[in-house]
Amino acid sequence: MMMKVTVEETVDMYEESETAEVPKQLNGADVFIKTLKQHQVEVVFGYPGGAVLPIYDALHKNPIRHILARHEQGAIHAAEGYARVSGKVGVVIATSGPGATNVVTGIADAMMDSIPLVVFTGQVATTVIGTDAFQEADIIGITQPITKHNYQVKDVADFPRIINEAFHIASTGRPGPVVVDIPKNMATSIFVTNEDNTNEVNLPGYQPTTTPNFLQIQKAAIAISKANQPLILAGAGVLFAKASDQLAEFAEKYQIPITNTLLGLGGIEGNHPLFLGMAGMHGTYTANMAIQTCDLLINVGARFDDRLTGNLAYFAPNAKVIHIDIDPAEIGKNVHTEIPIVADAKEALTALLEQNAPNGNTAAWLESLHVNQAQYPLFYEASAERGLLPQQVLELVHEYTNGDAVVTTDVGQHQMWTAQYYKFRSPHNWVTSGGLGTMGFGFPAAIGAQIAKPDAKVVSIVGDAGFQMTLQELSLLQEMRIPVKVIILNNQALGMVRQWQETFHEERYSQSLMPIQPDFVKLAEAYDIKGYKIETYEEAKVQLKEALASDEPVLIDCRVVQKESVFPMVAPGKGLHEMIGVKAE
Amino acid sequence: MKRIITVTVLNQSGVLNRVTGLLMKRQFNIESITVGHTEQPQISKMTFVVNVEDEQKLEQLLKQLQKQVDVLKVNDISEKSIVVRELALVKVVSPPAVRAEINSIVEPFRAATIDTGKNVVTFQVTGHPEKIDAFIDLLKPYGIKELTRTGVTAFVRETQKVQTTQLSILQ
Repeated sequence: MMMKVTVEETVDMYEESETAEVPKQLNGADVFIKTLKQHQVEVVFGYPGGAVLPIYDALHKNPIRHILARHEQGAIHAAEGYARVSGKVGVVIATSGPGATNVVTGIADAMMDSIPLVVFTGQVATTVIGTDAFQEADIIGITQPITKHNYQVKDVADFPRIINEAFHIASTGRPGPVVVDIPKNMATSIFVTNEDNTNEVNLPGYQPTTTPNFLQIQKAAIAISKANQPLILAGAGVLFAKASDQLAEFAEKYQIPITNTLLGLGGIEGNHPLFLGMAGMHGTYTANMAIQTCDLLINVGARFDDRLTGNLAYFAPNAKVIHIDIDPAEIGKNVHTEIPIVADAKEALTALLEQNAPNGNTAAWLESLHVNQAQYPLFYEASAERGLLPQQVLELVHEYTNGDAVVTTDVGQHQMWTAQYYKFRSPHNWVTSGGLGTMGFGFPAAIGAQIAKPDAKVVSIVGDAGFQMTLQELSLLQEMRIPVKVIILNNQALGMVRQWQETFHEERYSQSLMPIQPDFVKLAEAYDIKGYKIETYEEAKVQLKEALASDEPVLIDCRVVQKESVFPMVAPGKGLHEMIGVKAE
Repeated sequence: MKRIITVTVLNQSGVLNRVTGLLMKRQFNIESITVGHTEQPQISKMTFVVNVEDEQKLEQLLKQLQKQVDVLKVNDISEKSIVVRELALVKVVSPPAVRAEINSIVEPFRAATIDTGKNVVTFQVTGHPEKIDAFIDLLKPYGIKELTRTGVTAFVRETQKVQTTQLSILQ
């Protein structure tokens, strides 16, 4: 390939530099920072180390806001929270070896939940790659199965092209994480540009389809007008496509009820009359029964995850399936689909709205669902003797934040209660680890969410166990005075593990109870953060209100009843019609 | 069912790993795989033979392969008129007494003798995998010292006998 040194030209590229000292020649690290700026990257989450020292040096000369997490896992979950709330690409920098392996969990998490991230990992110099050098790990090999794509920079001239492609791949089509591995000598080499280096991305093998096939849209419209018991299952694809308005319009126009997947919550307003609540393992009775009895299931941007479908052999037995998804490989993967529509959710819904198909006769269907909703609501048994219940805490959080807060969680009981009892009013207010189910995700994700939306009320609902996996990030609240509200639903247990052991293992609580916990209030104080401990509903009413109204970071340790379980529930291996813990009014 | 799938890819380091890793992750068992340049140096073609349970699994396999950024084209050519070839090298015990006999067996297969020793002869045979199976079976009684097969490479013929239905919505 023709190469040409263009030092003079590349010096011009540096004109935005805020320092007086303009480098004579740009090295790879300078070009790296420059290219990030061209992509309007406002903030990066990271942690320095040997292999990325040149990059951090370039960052010192030509700064981009950098959030120094206390562990790389904290950095990447924060980037996930930032990406989910802002709709932009989250950017992470980690060093080679242990720095890179520490972000692996976050990469897998982002892959499962389709979160756009570009993760830059340092690497040992190309001259020693493969020699088991100090802090060397084969991060390309490690991350290949958990990334949308990954790159290793082997020629400094490729830096701009690779970064352009990485951002393009991460943020288009079905979003996902892209890893760019940067050997140390690539960052220090003098930048020599290819003559044909342009900002245009040329990826013949990557051409996501966003516009729906017209014939399929027509087929779908006909199916909708013929259906008497249609149901919309809306997933996170609706949020990524910013199609919430079209979703509501579509449901209202054709009078079709809606249920959400866990990650799709917020895609329709929590109090919308056509909304049946979440479906799946801990979904509402009404939503799950609607799936089991509908004659047309319209899946918009969901992937029929097993936690949603229950046993596939019993799933939606009477339904013809329309599946709208931007990822063709998701269509037909788990559930047979009669009408596949490969498209962006917004474009597909808009096309369906334009069809103006006659409505099916859904009045009786809606009526029966409303009867179910009234007869089988979510319930819990509260009394002063039992103590504080997690559901009560969540209802109060909802009340005091008016359903407007950005809420983040880990995985487990607290996550399911939040999904059930917090009624989201708008999209992009819900940040949770769905596919991978990552403990330790929620708290750092809240930090990233707050950085994305500095004026929003950000509440992190965490369990006492998961919080202890990434609580070192309290340092960030202290350092930046980020007003995240950490609400620990402290049941001194791995709550969901405990519940499953109670239900499926005859109460043999093997390694799931944690009777000795730190004093979380003192811990908060150690980080110069205000801490509250709440033990009764009366205390909760007063102190939660005060804590949530505060403009400062706050930690609230809610001592909730240990033996409270999440219901209703579809046991693993069972069909959605076999829910347990359903109670009629 | 056994399928022959061709994958056209950008010739970049790690692509083979990416494709085989994907198949491993999704629990597909590869029977054979061959890779080489095409007429364009930056583009390579893989041919692999894989056993899949049913059409749904097959469609999933094709779609997952198609999703890879470095993959340009995926084709299941099993049902089409195709040219399929494999090469095998067979080292067989062949003392002078039976050499004429072996040569007469080998001749109809148009196998080439590529190395001869005192007691062993190495043949090279190319053709459809079934032909190679038959060739090996015939030589087995004489004692095969060493055997290596390349796995199949294939592409579609210019003229197709019948229009075949496409399984994937992508193609």
